[in-house]
This record gives sequence, structure tokens and C-alpha cells, in this order.
Amino acid sequence: MTAEHAPSAQPTAAPTQPVAQPTAAPTQPVAQPTAAPTQPSAQPTALRDRLGRTRGLFAPLRALGGRADRAAALAAAEDALLRADVGVDTTNALVAGLRQSQAGRDDADGVLGALGRQLVAILAENPDRSLRFDKEPGVVNVWLFVGVNGVGKTTTLGKLALAQRIGGHSVLLAAGDTFRAAAADQLALWAERAGTEIVRGAEGGDPSSVVFDAVQRARARGNDLVLADTAGRLHTKVNLVDELRKIRRVADREPGRVTEVLLVLDATTGQNALAQAREFTEAVGVTGVVLTKLDGTAKGGVVIAIERQLGLPVKLVGVGEGPEDMIAFDPESFVDALVGL
Amino acid sequence: MFDALSERLERVAGRLRSRGRITDADLDEALGEIRTALLDADVELGVARHFVEAIRERCSGEVLAKSLTPGQQVIKAVHEQLIDALGGETLRLTYASRPPTVVLLAGLQGSGKTTAAAKLALWWKQQGRNPLLVGADLQRPAAVEQLRVLGASAQVTVFSQPGDPVSTAVAGVDEARRLGRDICIIDTAGRLSIDDALMDEVRRISRRTEPHYTFLVIDAMTGQDAVATARAFHETLALDGVILSKLDSDARGGAALSVKEVVGRPIVFASTGEKLGDLDLFHPDRMADRILGMGDMLTLIEQAERTMDQEVVARSADKLMSGRFTLDDFLDQLHQVQKMGSLGGILRLMPGMSKEIRQAADQIDDKQVSRIEAIVRSMTPGERADPVVVDGSRRVRIARGSGTSTQEVNQLLKQFKEMQKMMRGMGSGALAGAPGGRLGRLAAARGLGGGSAEDSLAEMLGGRAGTAPKSEARPPVGGAKGRGGRNKKKGGRVTPPKGR
Repeated sequence: MTAEHAPSAQPTAAPTQPVAQPTAAPTQPVAQPTAAPTQPSAQPTALRDRLGRTRGLFAPLRALGGRADRAAALAAAEDALLRADVGVDTTNALVAGLRQSQAGRDDADGVLGALGRQLVAILAENPDRSLRFDKEPGVVNVWLFVGVNGVGKTTTLGKLALAQRIGGHSVLLAAGDTFRAAAADQLALWAERAGTEIVRGAEGGDPSSVVFDAVQRARARGNDLVLADTAGRLHTKVNLVDELRKIRRVADREPGRVTEVLLVLDATTGQNALAQAREFTEAVGVTGVVLTKLDGTAKGGVVIAIERQLGLPVKLVGVGEGPEDMIAFDPESFVDALVGL
Repeated sequence: MFDALSERLERVAGRLRSRGRITDADLDEALGEIRTALLDADVELGVARHFVEAIRERCSGEVLAKSLTPGQQVIKAVHEQLIDALGGETLRLTYASRPPTVVLLAGLQGSGKTTAAAKLALWWKQQGRNPLLVGADLQRPAAVEQLRVLGASAQVTVFSQPGDPVSTAVAGVDEARRLGRDICIIDTAGRLSIDDALMDEVRRISRRTEPHYTFLVIDAMTGQDAVATARAFHETLALDGVILSKLDSDARGGAALSVKEVVGRPIVFASTGEKLGDLDLFHPDRMADRILGMGDMLTLIEQAERTMDQEVVARSADKLMSGRFTLDDFLDQLHQVQKMGSLGGILRLMPGMSKEIRQAADQIDDKQVSRIEAIVRSMTPGERADPVVVDGSRRVRIARGSGTSTQEVNQLLKQFKEMQKMMRGMGSGALAGAPGGRLGRLAAARGLGGGSAEDSLAEMLGGRAGTAPKSEARPPVGGAKGRGGRNKKKGGRVTPPKGR
């Protein structure tokens, strides 16, 4: 299923130098922050366990089991996909695919299996889900976190700081959210917890200059990775999106190099997530998605649509409140958790 | 992006028109479009289904069969159903006889509770109340700090203390009493609805503070899960209403419909911007427009209903159909349209207008209507009924009488003739080739999309009972005045009995 990878499903908008994928430490440990050494293979199960509640959606389909006819099974599959926020377009495409596929059994179990394979195949179009890091000496990598208000950017960044430090990076935080009251304070608490330096500006100040200072400071201190927070902003606010463009430009100035622009999406978001992904990608070249709050009852099915329609890979998922609950996105366990293969 | 529902229905309607009769299959197709649009707008699947069935009842075959513009009829049914579903009983805020009135805010993480709390405080302050903000979100780092900063800019005192959220909330209410505040707004920690510990915490806060109002703050961008969230909070807290946040996004906000349906509690406030002042009482009609993606088309339909004289419109439509459309009728029609506002303004409100028509609309001067009127009024009744009799000397007389030139009279007559021709051939949607010139532009202006204004307007009015009789239809003529009616429509509207 995952064997054949599309040649390049990487978003064309990927703004940075196509950084050589570091095969070594930097990227992988992201996934296993604290628990890495002890239980390296715990992840897929963890995601599945965490997403246990979401599987209820496909329970009606599963309950049909071997008895149901194909039509009933397809209808049940359609309902479940729609309820998982997969969206009408992608759901229709998936159901059409199921209708055509002759492989497998003709009952609900067969449909469920075929659906799982289709979903995994969609996700396999974006094979590269590693976090990009440029090891060139003297380069300060900047990972920029963008998204609408309240999706969990600051928290994501805090958790990732901890994980990256453990992963061997020398991390510095840039409190680029100068708009939301006390956002910098919130990030400072994370910096303390992660034992990293933080650069912050005045509340209401210019976020670009905060990020600029952070890069300068990182160079002076020898940090190789700056995690830059930005204020939540709706993708429809032209001036705020322009501000984000500027932040990105400034962050890319020597010795800074923006190697990841991560769009943070709330798993409870519905079809508007597509608009968010589209607009932010157009503005600042999003390189990957972080799906947060997957530990609720929400399914985050809209990422299927985002991967399919925009070719944007989900790189991380947040499945809990603890720092160790920010884990690498694994397509098979996500699909497994969603439909319960 | 998604097609607006209104556009989808227009497309379906275009096909329906050519068939002349509406079959159940046609209705099914339209209902299918409605379902898709609702789901695209994040209305929950079950709610969307229920909704579509309600529309089916409202659009019984009979109603549609009589209608000249079934598409419009369906849109109207959807809109009305949406307003019913979103509105219903509204929450009338009352205040505790022994202050403070305690308001508890709950919601998922990141839904915008803290911001909503500060906005509410400012809103009440502007109502002449004296609120206190209580920060009982001791979970998220710096949440209380955020509330303090927001409180400071709203100039509302913020109370909080470290330790236990429940005792903080209780102490906050005591503090409000001590300070003589009449409103006490409690901000609680965001939570995932499945988190039993946090749900238990907010339940205990609710029990100990006995809030007069418990509001759920929900993000307008929420997807299908909005229902599960609302249900979980309602079961725990017995909600009084909902605050819809981040409505300034481009999200259609179908969650509002889902939540209202499932919880049965009204949406009380909507947050429409980042500034503290950006909080409004919720307007079901605006939300309905938004979910449909219809823009101002409905404003236009409502305006037409309010202002147009049913009899006049019906008479002209009748004549138009039979090809006996006179210059008098034409003038009547112009006046009817004029009542709705300036022609250019009206055209800009309509969806599906071509760029050419929009540009033409910009050139339409309402003074031109007066000149046309002057010319027509200078004709004899016989000439108006049958302009063919107007020869050279009559033209001179008419031009002199109306203070115009013979060229202008010629132009009007020529265009009227072409318009008559065009109107007879109407129904095939052949408007793109509307002749230029003043009259042609006006004619084009009246042909909405695939059909003529006459049938739409006649339909709008003739299709329903209870439209205001002529004597009541005294709208202001022209200009912006005619557009302010959105909020007034409640009074004048007669809604057909609900099929639920």
C-alpha cells in the first residue's frame, strides 16, 4: 500500500532550500520525545489507543459485519466519513472508489477493508513527513508556527521545544505572538520547563523584530534551531497575513533559514481547515501540518481532504496534554484508529 | 471554494425552468444540493438530514408547480427554515434581583472563552452594568494573565487567586458581592469534552456558584464534533445559551445550526472580530445568509416583498406573458423597482450578474428614469398602449412636452420595441444580448439571471398570501433609505405555517 510513493508530493510551495533529509538523529526523535529510549515501538499503538474514541464512528459499519449488502455498507461508510469531517468532495470520491473496487468481499467487512486501504493510499501520496533541519554549520534553522486563533500553536511549540532539546538540538524560542495578551508569558513557562532560552518583545510590538532578534541571539549563543511562535490570525485578514509574510521574510535572513512552516490545525475544525491550509500555504509556504487536540472526540478527518486536495503532509499530531503527547503522524495508525482496520 | 448554495440552486432551477414541470426527482436533486451545501458548511450530518426533510415538506410539489421560479421558491424555503432553526425563542437577558448575576463560561480549549469573557464584560459595561471578571482557568499557563490584560483594556476589574479553581470561582462571586458588582463573569479552563476530571471541575464550579447563565463558547469553525461537544457540556452544566466565536472567519458556521438543534438553546452572542468591542447579539437571519452563502440576495427578495405592489406586479407579469406589455406597464415596473432602491445598488446585490451588466448598472442614473417617465407621460393613452402609431410629428410633440429631444424619444421607442421582442422570447435566458442603450440596460437589469424580473417578482409576491396590501406598501423611494429594512422585516413578515 505505502510501497509506491508518488515522485514528489511535497508541496510545490515549499519555500526553503530542499534541505537534505537528515537521516540521522534530528528528525526522528521528534516523534519520541521522552519515551524514545525505553519504548521505541510504542507509537502506533499509542495513537490508536488515543484515538480509540474516534473509532465509534465506524462502529455502525463494522456492526453490519458480513451480513450487510454492499449498498448498505457503502451508505454506512459515507455517513461515517462525513461525520469524521472528511468533507463531501473527498467522501464522494472515496465512496465512488469503493463502488468501483471489485477486490475483496462484498459485505461491510470488505468495504471497511477497502476503505482503509484507500485512505492509506491517499496519505501515501505524501511520503515525507520528517521535520526538515539544515545541518549546514552557521545556519540557524527557523521553524515557524502559524495558524488561526486558539488551535494550540504556543502549546505545540512548547512541547516541541522539549522534544527537540531531548533530540539533541540547541533550541531557542521566539515569542512572536505579541498580540494575544500574555502569550509570551505562556511561552516563557514552556521555555522554563524545556530549559531553553526565550526571546520576547514588548506586547503589541513588531513580531518580525522579535523573530529577527531571536535568530541573532541564536547565532551568538550557538543555537541551531529557533522555534518561532506567531499570533493566531484568521487567514482572511489580509493585513495580518501580510504581517506573517514579513515575519517569514525576516526569519529567512542570514543566518536564519526557515526550514519548516508548520500550520497548526485544531482537530475539531471542520471544512474551514481546507481554506486555512490553502490560504496559509499561499501566503507563507506551509510545509506541514500539526494536528492538535486529537484526544477529544473529534476525528480530524479534514486532514484527509487536505492531503488529497492540497498535497500537504501532516507531520505531527497532538494526542494529549502532556509534553510526550506530541507525536509523529503515522498514516497507517491514523487510518487504523479512524476506521479500525 | 464551495459554491454558494444559492448558485447551486440557481443552476438546478435553470434546468427546471426548461422543463416547465417539477417532478419529485427534480426536487430530490435540489434537496441533494441543499444537503451538500449544509455539510460543506459543517452542519452535522443528522441535523442536515432533518433539515432537508423539513424543506421537503415546505416545498410540496404543489407549491413548486405553481411557482414560476421554483429555484427561488426553494431558496426562500431554505432561508426561512434556517431562520426558524437558528432563531426560535431568543434568550431575554434578565438580572438577578440580588446581585451579582453570575455568568459561567465553558468551552473547549481554544474556543475563545477568555476573550469572550472580556468582550462580555465590556458589552455589559456599555449597557451600564458593572461587571467583575473572575479568572478560574488555572489550567492553561498564563490564562489568568491574559484575562488581566484584557480586563485592563476593557477597564473591568479581574479577580483571581492561585490554587483551586472551584474556590477561586466561589471567592470571585463573594468578591463581586463585596465590591457591589452586578455581574460576575467566570472564565473557566478550556477542556476536551471527554476529560472527566475537568468536566467534573466545571460541574463543581457550577454547583458552588449557582450561575444564572451558563454559556457555552463554541468556535464557528467547528466541524461535525460540535454536536458531541455541545451535548456533553449540556449534560454536565445545563446550558442557557451559546456564544459563537471567530465568526469573522470565512467559515460558514454550520456548527451554529447543529448546536442549536441538539441543545435546543439559543445562540445569544456572536464574536465578530479581534477587538474587544466585537461582540454582538446573535442575528439568526444573518447567520442563515451566511450558511447559504447568499450574500444580499435575500435582502433583495425581502425588499421586493416589502415594497412591491403585488397587484401591479401580477398585472404586468400577466401582460408580459401574453405579449401585451405597454409603455404604461413598463413605467409601473420601473417604479416598482425604484422603490427597492437605486437601480445600480439593486444590481450589485444580485448574484450571478455578468460584469457587463454590473458595468452598465454603474451608468444607470436614476434621473434617467425620470426622463423616461416624462416621455411616457407626454404620450396619449393610445400611444402608450401601441407605440407603433407614434409618427414624426407626434415625436416632436412628445419631445417638446417632456422637455427632451426627438432623438431621445426615438431611442426610447426603439428600445422598448426591442425589449418587447426580447421579453416575448424570454425564458430561454437570452439576456446576454440585451441591446445597449438606456432602456436596454434597464431591461437587462430586470432580467435576473435566467428569467425575467417580472416572473421572479410576481412569483415572490403572488406565490404567497399575506403580503402587505398596497396601502401599507409605502416604502421610501430610491437610494439608501430603502436598504435599511433588514432589521425591520420581522414585523411585516408573514411566515407560512411550519411543516415540522
